[in-house]
Amino acid sequence: MAQQPRTEGRSSEPAPGFTLSQAEGGTLVLRLSGEWKLTGGLPTPGAVEKQFDLSTQPRRLTFDTTELGSWDSGLLAFLAGLQELCRTRKLEFDTANLPEGARRLLKLAGTVPERAGARRTESRPSFLALVGLESIALWQSLGQMLQFLGEAVESFGRLAIGRARFRRSDLVDIMFDCGAAALPIVTLISFLVGLILAFVGAIQLTQFGAQIYVADLVGIAMAREMGALMTAIIMSGRTGAAFAAQLGTMQVNEEIDALTTFGLSPMDFLVLPRMIALILMMPLLVIYADLLGILGGALVGIGMLKLSVAEYVNATINGVSLTDFSVGIFKSSIFGILVAICGCMRGIQCGRSASAVGLAATSAVVTAIVFIIVTDGVFAVLTNALGI
Amino acid sequence: MNDTALAPAPQSGDPALRKPHVTVKNLDMAYGDFVIQHDLNFTIRHGDIFIIMGPSGCGKSTLLKHLVGLKPPARGEVVYDDRNFWQADPEEQQRLMRRFGILYQSSALWSSMTLAENVALPLGEFTDLSPAEIEGVASLKLALVGLAGFEDFYPSEISGGMRKRAGLARAMALDPEILFFDEPSAGLDPISSRLLDDLILELRDSLGATIAVVTHELASIFAIGDNSIFLDTESKTMIAQGDPRKLRDECPDPRVRNFLLRGGLEATAHPGAPAP
Repeated sequence: MAQQPRTEGRSSEPAPGFTLSQAEGGTLVLRLSGEWKLTGGLPTPGAVEKQFDLSTQPRRLTFDTTELGSWDSGLLAFLAGLQELCRTRKLEFDTANLPEGARRLLKLAGTVPERAGARRTESRPSFLALVGLESIALWQSLGQMLQFLGEAVESFGRLAIGRARFRRSDLVDIMFDCGAAALPIVTLISFLVGLILAFVGAIQLTQFGAQIYVADLVGIAMAREMGALMTAIIMSGRTGAAFAAQLGTMQVNEEIDALTTFGLSPMDFLVLPRMIALILMMPLLVIYADLLGILGGALVGIGMLKLSVAEYVNATINGVSLTDFSVGIFKSSIFGILVAICGCMRGIQCGRSASAVGLAATSAVVTAIVFIIVTDGVFAVLTNALGI
Repeated sequence: MNDTALAPAPQSGDPALRKPHVTVKNLDMAYGDFVIQHDLNFTIRHGDIFIIMGPSGCGKSTLLKHLVGLKPPARGEVVYDDRNFWQADPEEQQRLMRRFGILYQSSALWSSMTLAENVALPLGEFTDLSPAEIEGVASLKLALVGLAGFEDFYPSEISGGMRKRAGLARAMALDPEILFFDEPSAGLDPISSRLLDDLILELRDSLGATIAVVTHELASIFAIGDNSIFLDTESKTMIAQGDPRKLRDECPDPRVRNFLLRGGLEATAHPGAPAP
């Protein structure tokens, strides 16, 4: 759409052009004609350079602008290119005949000299160098992660002796945000996970007439694994990303610097309340998720497999031990720490641009999920080895 | 249509005879029911350097938002040449807006792009220039604001003053007919601030652009302004307009003179004194 008026406009205006002629004494005269506008189709300095080669011993470039129509930065960019060209070819660049405004702007563009060393040279490392650089970056990020972890532990130490400084009201807000406010999504997901588990079990177990074991299957799976795992993944996407985005934006706006210069440790003030909130809220959410998952299973068991409510409840009570619940709840606290640490760490490490905030949120979620799954695997091996 | 043409500088002759560029009629500004300023009437003429001044919190930046189309006014009209901005359809509004260049208070450079990319983005979207030409124009604009060689830097890697200048280079990208500046010298050292003033004058004189500046920097106001309005916080309307130097010496309203003399005049005015 925006293109159309421009072509109309251009057709009525004479196109920009130039002719180069040689006057006596090595002087080249560049005659400019037409409308030199940013709308496009402008000659390039390169085109003039080609004609330089044809002339004999040029020493000076001058202009004739009697046929020049209106102009804007398009002409200026062309002239700036020519000026540079003349400098490299050691030609005198005579601006006397240029329009007054153009001459002044050209002068202005040249007033502040290019700062030495400011311009960057582009370098593309070889494949081997790239592998090396990436490995070093990975090693460094591991170091940063451990450092962050260490600082978090120190922060908990200060909390223990009552010297950590943060606002209680922040803690309450964050607890609400990652506790009660997360209930709807946790409800939906865990209820459906319980229901799906029951469906999968029902199809297999009815073949042996062992429908009643659906209650055990759903109960144990929810209590030991799925309740904690699903809640942790929900929280990493919901709360971990929010932490990273929030702290990242604070980093961009220098708000974290402002905290530091007031002598408030960002670790204590920002990270600690978030960790405490998740450590406290995750187990509660997981207990809730476990119960809703079992409810989802019961819906299938009672509705589809024609088990009575009493039968299902009894089978669940007999099948699922308190240990199963404890394992899940214990894990959920660890997952809470992981989500909080990954979210806060990526937020604090955030660069100072809008896209860096996006990157921080993404990497917070990815890091948290990786750690959650790996930790869950370690727990599976440990509980098996210990016979829990 | 795409009138980025730079008419020959029209600053010669009697300012009052130049054609009106922006006309504001009976403008009221409000956030919900809270009125900030009411009954604003003024004209910015082609080639003017127009100062919008007043104490902090009087609504200068909000007025700028109404002028550039970011926030519809509670009442009143903003007319560009002969087109009523807030009654135009959205397409027409966009076309009008493309003729503005705006330097935001905090520069508002896109932080994930280099300086050259910041300047090149509008050029790439709204002109038919080739990538090489765009690069040339972007470098030129950066050189004009004294940032030659900084093409590949990101906004977070340069100082605040340099960010401001880069923001100006981006505002000039499409050779706008009218440039709006929101507190251009805030956060600049005196010399950079002076250079920026010179640049503003130069842009008006060589490119013939109309310039509207929101500021309360007195040195700058007297150095560049040739017309101005003064917004008052208490009476919530404009209480003076005209050449700022004349206002300083001759304005009958002591509040205005006191402001322009840096509080050197003991303010004896009471709120609600009649506007001149």
